[in-house]
Amino acid sequence: MGPLIVNEIISQNTNYLLAFVIGIGFGFVLEASGFSSSRKLAGMFYGYDTVVLKVFFTAAITASLGLLFFSLFGWIDLSLIYINPTYLWSAITGGVIMGAGFIMGGFCPGTSFCGAAIGKIDAMIFIAGLFIGVLIFTEGYPLFEKMYMAEFLGAPKVSDSLGLKDGVFAFLLVLAALGMFWAGEWAEKKFPREEY
Amino acid sequence: MNSKKSNYLNPYLGGVLLGLVLLSAYYISGRGLGASGAIKSAIVTTVETVAPAHAENTEFYRDYKTTHPGNPLKSWLVFEMLGVLAGGFLSGAIAGRLKFKVEHSPRITSKRRLAFALMGGILFGVGSQLGRGCTSGSALSGMANLSLGGFISMAAIFGTAFALAWFFRKNWI
Repeated sequence: MGPLIVNEIISQNTNYLLAFVIGIGFGFVLEASGFSSSRKLAGMFYGYDTVVLKVFFTAAITASLGLLFFSLFGWIDLSLIYINPTYLWSAITGGVIMGAGFIMGGFCPGTSFCGAAIGKIDAMIFIAGLFIGVLIFTEGYPLFEKMYMAEFLGAPKVSDSLGLKDGVFAFLLVLAALGMFWAGEWAEKKFPREEY
Repeated sequence: MNSKKSNYLNPYLGGVLLGLVLLSAYYISGRGLGASGAIKSAIVTTVETVAPAHAENTEFYRDYKTTHPGNPLKSWLVFEMLGVLAGGFLSGAIAGRLKFKVEHSPRITSKRRLAFALMGGILFGVGSQLGRGCTSGSALSGMANLSLGGFISMAAIFGTAFALAWFFRKNWI
């Protein structure tokens, strides 16, 4: 029963090896979907290319339905998977800063490594920026600490916060994704651009 | 409008495959995907190597060492991100997309594009630490396990980018 590493079915070194293999899958799919191109990624915010929306939400619903079904079949113990804790103010502020970085830089960290892997110089410079940004945070930590630790909510699930069952929420998420795919397809027809 | 046929993967197929990669990360390692955490590992290692005294006297690095014992580069996310470089390169090689270039709108110069890439990277670096993960680690992986934080990150990242898009339109359109 999964997760394999938590249940000590595989060793820590095998886990690292599989992390590399999972990374290859991650990088391959991102690049093959066009996430190595900043203009394709930025197209999301102007409606001319909504590949980000389609890939991101299809991946999110695939993985969440997968986790729910795996749990239902007794293949994975969801209480053992890592859920990022929620600190409300830093989550919102961090997200806003990342959003500004996204529209200015055209990448997010994962996609910038994909872009750099195929020779995009703008992606390499973005990565240099990431290193500077992380260093600013680690060096300036005392300045951020108060906000970083404020409004700790634990690691709640959105379905619990809304008082819904996981399956009901996942179903609503699928419906929302289908609605957004429809809007994305409409936007691409309305704001057509050449492929980059 | 599309003069040449795109040789990218169908986005919905790409999404299903990405979802399966994410699902296998949860099944095998009990955790989602990530990216920015690997950069933090590299930064902590660099600071500990270049300025060991500073690292010992600074609360952040001391805490990091306590919560992450051992060599910071021997981490799941570092191995995963090395895989991302390899996988991205492989896909680019198969599709014939390997080429050194600066991608930007014809309305701006390469220099302007690179300046904005650097600024965007710096912001994303700070924001990903504050937000405890980036688009992959916090938003995508968080949405998959229905974590409230994942949905907050997703809404804040994409909401802000949409809200600011008008100001930076010249860079992209």
